[in-house]
Amino acid sequence: MARRSAAVVPLGRDAPSRFLPWIFALMVYLAVLALTGVLILHAAVERWQRGEVDTLTVQIMPLENESEEARMAKLRSLLGDVEGVSGFRTVAQSETIYLIERWLGAGNVPSDLPLPRLVDVDIAPGYGLDAETLALRLQASLAGVTVDDAKLWLDRLADFGRSLELLAVAVVILIGLATVATVVFTTRMGISIHRNVIELLHLIGARDGYVAVQFQRQAMILGLRGGVLGIIFAVATLYGLRHVAGRLETPLAPDIPVAHWAWGLLAAVPVVTAVIAMVTARLTALRELAKMP
Amino acid sequence: MVRFENVGMRYGMGPEVLHDVTFAIEPGEFRYLVGPSGAGKTSLLRLMYLAHRPSRGLISMFGTDVMMARRHELVGLRRGIGVVFQDYRLLAHLSALDNVALPLRVAGAKEEEVQDHVSELLAWVGLADHIHALPDSLSGGQKQRVAIARAVITRPRLLLADEPTGNLDEMLGQRLLRLFEELNRIGTTVVIATHNQNLVARNPHPIMALDSGELQLGAAMEEAG
Ligand SMILES: Nc1ncnc2c1ncn2[C@@H]1O[C@H](COP(=O)(O)OP(=O)(O)O)[C@@H](O)[C@H]1O
Ligand SMILES: [Mg+2]
Repeated sequence: MARRSAAVVPLGRDAPSRFLPWIFALMVYLAVLALTGVLILHAAVERWQRGEVDTLTVQIMPLENESEEARMAKLRSLLGDVEGVSGFRTVAQSETIYLIERWLGAGNVPSDLPLPRLVDVDIAPGYGLDAETLALRLQASLAGVTVDDAKLWLDRLADFGRSLELLAVAVVILIGLATVATVVFTTRMGISIHRNVIELLHLIGARDGYVAVQFQRQAMILGLRGGVLGIIFAVATLYGLRHVAGRLETPLAPDIPVAHWAWGLLAAVPVVTAVIAMVTARLTALRELAKMP
Repeated sequence: MVRFENVGMRYGMGPEVLHDVTFAIEPGEFRYLVGPSGAGKTSLLRLMYLAHRPSRGLISMFGTDVMMARRHELVGLRRGIGVVFQDYRLLAHLSALDNVALPLRVAGAKEEEVQDHVSELLAWVGLADHIHALPDSLSGGQKQRVAIARAVITRPRLLLADEPTGNLDEMLGQRLLRLFEELNRIGTTVVIATHNQNLVARNPHPIMALDSGELQLGAAMEEAG
């Protein structure tokens, strides 16, 4: 009849045992979101920084005395001859209006506003075709043509992304420190609540290590419990975000499904939290116990 | 086994509650520590079971100078001492069995040995039917026997008891004393702090008398003789 014996120091009944898992859950939740942010930003910044653009946008400005359709036909045939162009797509006029409406507001685009025609051009890798080269090729045969790439804009975006990345890393570190501070505080509290029990344990021959185990075990259990709660909420949130991002359908929206190892890293957060809680509780307990007679 | 030389003791910054206490206890002895309430009996026991350090003087337990001992060395000394506290100090959330098992468990004993050993001892003190009872469900006398079982489970070399008959009637007090004398016969050194004159008179053993923190060794020993 091996009965499971009760915890020697009854920490399970203290207030911290009730609120600590929720604090750990919050910490893990925030840490996972911040880390996901870091991973997504990191991947995106890398992409932006490489400046690898796989689409260019060709604009044809309306000209007074030339038929738009004829110029569009000319452009299509020119593009068909350029090496490195793997495909192109004429942006519908309604789509162009929609893009402008985003700035001017719906229904505010005057019908007589001269609108450029836009053509999205897909670039095959390996031909070294960039906006400048393509513009020169097209302008030789066609007036009023410009070619945009997003390079400059991407560089700025990459800078901004890097700053955000650093910020998110700082947030993760702060969350870790807050977790450590919470555990230090609750361990000290536990030791002062149970001072009598601990003195008795010492008097019957317990080493500080034995007493510390009581605190570290409790901290680890609460850390794991809170960590699992936190990761569940975090994964739910990420799936929600991914769903929303999926509907945006913009090519610049960062992919949420990051590499597999990255998911592993996120799953490790609750374990790391539990280990931090355990080690902190042990070190705090040993330090406090050494002050006792 | 126990040696005190010119020991003084104070609580924090308070006044000295023991002055120039000097005595020695040899292995196998059975001693009473007597004196009126407030004389310093509990304080003297606290020094012996290493709950408190003296403010001056020399204390040697089992040949080790307590003042010089490092923190981890005190653990070894404490494992040789069993204490029956005046208020028992049982852990309310643990069963009788777990309370008595505690000194074995903190010393890292194997669990199967712990269970057998503890059940056997609880049966010996007449608590075979209360092994899984929580302290609050036990009577004063039963709690006391749990406390005694916990004090002797590791077969300590030195057994210290603080007013162990305080809450017991005459008959239970006598039975308890028989138990201590039994342990003494099998080699345990026993020190009992008490102000129960009857008990001392009916079961004569050498006496150390404390008054206002001073030991009246000679006089008291003769009186007991
Ligand atoms: N924890 C304590 N803090 C301060 N003074 C104490 C404490 N315990 C006991 N004393 C004082 O020490 C003196 C001796 O007390 P004690 O050792 O308990 O005597 P006894 O056990 O003989 O009744 C008393 O004057 C008492 O007030
Ligand atoms: Mg007393």
